[in-house]
Amino acid sequence: MSTDSHAAHAGDHHLDDGHAHSTFSGYMLGFVLSVVLTAIPFWLVMSGTLPSKQITALVIMAFAVVQIVVHMIYFLHMSPKSENGWSMMALIFTIVMVVIALSGSLWVMNHLNSNMMPIHEMTGMK
Amino acid sequence: MTVAVNPTQTGEPVFYLADEHPHPEGYSTSLGFWIYLMSDCLIFAMLFAAFGVLGANYAAGPAPKDLFDLNLVAVNTSMLLLSSITYGFAMLTMQQNKVAQTQMWLLITGLFGAAFIGIELTEFTHMIHEGATPQRSAFLSAFFTLVGTHGLHVSCGLIWLVTLMIQVWRFGLIEANRRRLMCLSMFWHFLDVVWIGVFTFVYLLGVLR
Repeated sequence: MSTDSHAAHAGDHHLDDGHAHSTFSGYMLGFVLSVVLTAIPFWLVMSGTLPSKQITALVIMAFAVVQIVVHMIYFLHMSPKSENGWSMMALIFTIVMVVIALSGSLWVMNHLNSNMMPIHEMTGMK
Repeated sequence: MTVAVNPTQTGEPVFYLADEHPHPEGYSTSLGFWIYLMSDCLIFAMLFAAFGVLGANYAAGPAPKDLFDLNLVAVNTSMLLLSSITYGFAMLTMQQNKVAQTQMWLLITGLFGAAFIGIELTEFTHMIHEGATPQRSAFLSAFFTLVGTHGLHVSCGLIWLVTLMIQVWRFGLIEANRRRLMCLSMFWHFLDVVWIGVFTFVYLLGVLR
């Protein structure tokens, strides 16, 4: 597209949506937050500061979720307004699908595992 | 607009409907690319689910604790994170129409990405050398599939990056190239988001287990 036609469509906010919010401070804030949110889980696991493994696991998963949100906002520039809300709609749909697929797989397979007959019992059955 | 009616040989009318709202070129590219990324996200979700189900089946083979070097993973994570911020700088300089600086930041991004792939391949060859091949256990099959797919995505991103640098070098920051750079930006940052899941669920939780 030439710059003329770009100017002609200046009112058409579709074109500028992708990088409308790109600012130096936005990227730097996202980067600093990401570094902190990455460093803390690594430190927690490598030093074993927290008393139980379960608490550590929950804490680092919480850090991962927060960091994903930070990346979405500051690097991928997600906002409810971008693409008139359609990219948010696609994202919400995807998150629903991912949650169903992940939790469903883990839940069903875990039950299958615990319902399997242990091998040592089977060797005794002749 | 006009609707042209052309009687054919059989006498039936044929209708041509002109689009009343011509859209500027590429106006829907970013939404379309976003939907592609969401479908890619589903692929990774399935691989994460497979890893979640099979991740503890070592078949008396090596466990994550024996294989993973968290220092190396931390270095690798920082490579990808640094490449994300340098791509951000490339986008900012692109907005200011600075061709040379955009190219420089793209080059730095590519170097960080190549370092990431290099470290990952070193890790893989080291593991395979120790006998921890994808055939060894269900855990290792799921591990190599998930992390390998991510690495393959980053490699494709690198090829795309080099292609776009050549495009920008030959044609400058024309509108089409800006659009392509924006798509690659989304792709690159998306891969960093997937890596957050990988280092948390595969490496950190694996070592913790």
